[in-house]
Amino acid sequence: MNKTDDRRRTTNIALWIVISAVVTFGLVALLVNIMERKQEARNPFYRVVEITDSTDDPTIWGKNFPLQYDQYRRTVDQVRTRFGGSEAMPRTPDDADPRSVVSQSRLEEDPRLKTMWAGYAFAVDFREERGHAYMLEDQTYTERQRVTQQPGTCIHCHASVYVAYKQLGEGDIRAGFEKLNQMPYQQARQHVKHPVSCIDCHDPETMQLRVTRPAFIEGIQKVKAAQGIESYDVNQMATRQEMRSFVCGQCHVEYYFQGQEKRLVYPWTDGLQADQILGYYEKTGFQDWTHRETGAPVLKAQHPEFEMWNQGIHGRSGVACADCHMPYQRVGALKISDHHVRSPLLNVNNACQTCHRWTEKELLDRAETIQQKTFDMRGIAMDALIELISDIREANQKGIDADRIKEARSFQLKAQFLLDFIEAENSMGFHAPQEAMRVLGLSIDYSRKGQVVLSRSRKSQVSLSR
Amino acid sequence: MRTPPLGLFLFALLAGAAIGVGAYTFIYARGSSYLTDNPAACANCHIMTSYYDGWLKGSHKNAAVCNDCHTPDGIVSKYASKASNGFWHSFGFTTGRFHEPLQIKSHNQKITNAACKKCHETIVESLNFHSPSSPVSCIQCHASVGHL
Repeated sequence: MNKTDDRRRTTNIALWIVISAVVTFGLVALLVNIMERKQEARNPFYRVVEITDSTDDPTIWGKNFPLQYDQYRRTVDQVRTRFGGSEAMPRTPDDADPRSVVSQSRLEEDPRLKTMWAGYAFAVDFREERGHAYMLEDQTYTERQRVTQQPGTCIHCHASVYVAYKQLGEGDIRAGFEKLNQMPYQQARQHVKHPVSCIDCHDPETMQLRVTRPAFIEGIQKVKAAQGIESYDVNQMATRQEMRSFVCGQCHVEYYFQGQEKRLVYPWTDGLQADQILGYYEKTGFQDWTHRETGAPVLKAQHPEFEMWNQGIHGRSGVACADCHMPYQRVGALKISDHHVRSPLLNVNNACQTCHRWTEKELLDRAETIQQKTFDMRGIAMDALIELISDIREANQKGIDADRIKEARSFQLKAQFLLDFIEAENSMGFHAPQEAMRVLGLSIDYSRKGQVVLSRSRKSQVSLSR
Repeated sequence: MRTPPLGLFLFALLAGAAIGVGAYTFIYARGSSYLTDNPAACANCHIMTSYYDGWLKGSHKNAAVCNDCHTPDGIVSKYASKASNGFWHSFGFTTGRFHEPLQIKSHNQKITNAACKKCHETIVESLNFHSPSSPVSCIQCHASVGHL
């Protein structure tokens, strides 16, 4: 054996040692990785604090459910979609309103809204809705609060109100509801601390979904009664999939304040469609305010997302609100609902593509085509309504006979409510495209009928069919 | 026994360690289960849990296991497909580099689509009568038959 051979042998052995060391290193790394993945799959839940039926503070729930809480907090994001979403606008805080950021004003985007709501607080301040995180703050400081005295009823949907109801009603949420409704807003505001929170939708024992809003419990009872289901108890009888829409329907609905007690009622006795709701209001003679320019008794429609979803193909197919607005998401080995509630158009991958196997662009295009068409039709209906309002105003000045003015005003009420139903609904027609078009078509028809009533000569006047 | 030179001894030690760790990893990761047709093996990785759950509740549970639809016919092609997918799936899952929600690769999609015919050929053979060159895809429409 010479020296060269010896050196070669040493090098060879060293090389093999390096190779087997690298292999061992890799194997151990893989082993640890597999162990970590197995650990993930164990589905850990650490109960670090006790949550009771009186815990309304989401930070406490967040200690046990950090993943969901983290997502929930992201509703502070302000992101625009083509027809909705909100944009952060800087604002100089003042004594009456300490907010330094708000969203864009809808009244500035479309000044016709001011004419439609003339004489009502919405004509003073109406901005694009921001995420859940802002619901209480934005309601507390909107200028609408300063031009009119709002009742405590409003809190029903702008705060985590379940614990407050329970305390005021000494355990009975309905009794608490009645009490809080009748307080002035500012007084009721003292009883709540947080925007919508975990306890508003979840049972603290089982984490199962539950409805906590008395107005929805009563409202859905009416809907089910019309379908022949007597004494429906939503928390006992609804399926899990239904609950994934019902908890949202607690608030994303059309409503009114009934009587002197300002009791919150969902007008669903005759059905969930816009014209059925309108019919209910006409039957009961309810009016929100008297239009300042025409003297017509009129109604304000409010965010009827639940009603419109019910008329659409997704609702019909059993797709729940949460399926698109809180789609399932994998975190480690856990499959959880995304608690960052937002427009599906900002989350097409998880929200749409789970069922619809087309590209993100194709799906966005489809949604925006529906929205653009609804938006165009909404513009036509808005113009028709503005023309009717202008005609009634003129007729008031001319002093034509009172019956015709009264009839034209009743057409204004119909046209305005139906248009506002689509305008106030936060999907620009997407939740139920054909229904949105039908309702806007009805609205245009009523506006034009109102104009015809005023323009006809007295001789040929025949009451138009409604 | 003659004592081996130190270098060789070290090498043998390391190689033995590598084999030992490798064997342990194989057992710990239930490596042999992947050679079987048991659907539970596919859900060894938790990423497959929801698909496995979907299959458990689906109609095809009574007729087919994962391998019936996701591997081609023939023992060689079957294990070649398992080896290739096994490697790339492990690679993706270990490094965390994969698309979510999961998307099937076109090669695997062809295998799955062809698998429908293993049982349903007599019903669907006339579908491709007009354009045998571009056959109709079964799973384009029946995407959820096996699992959601």
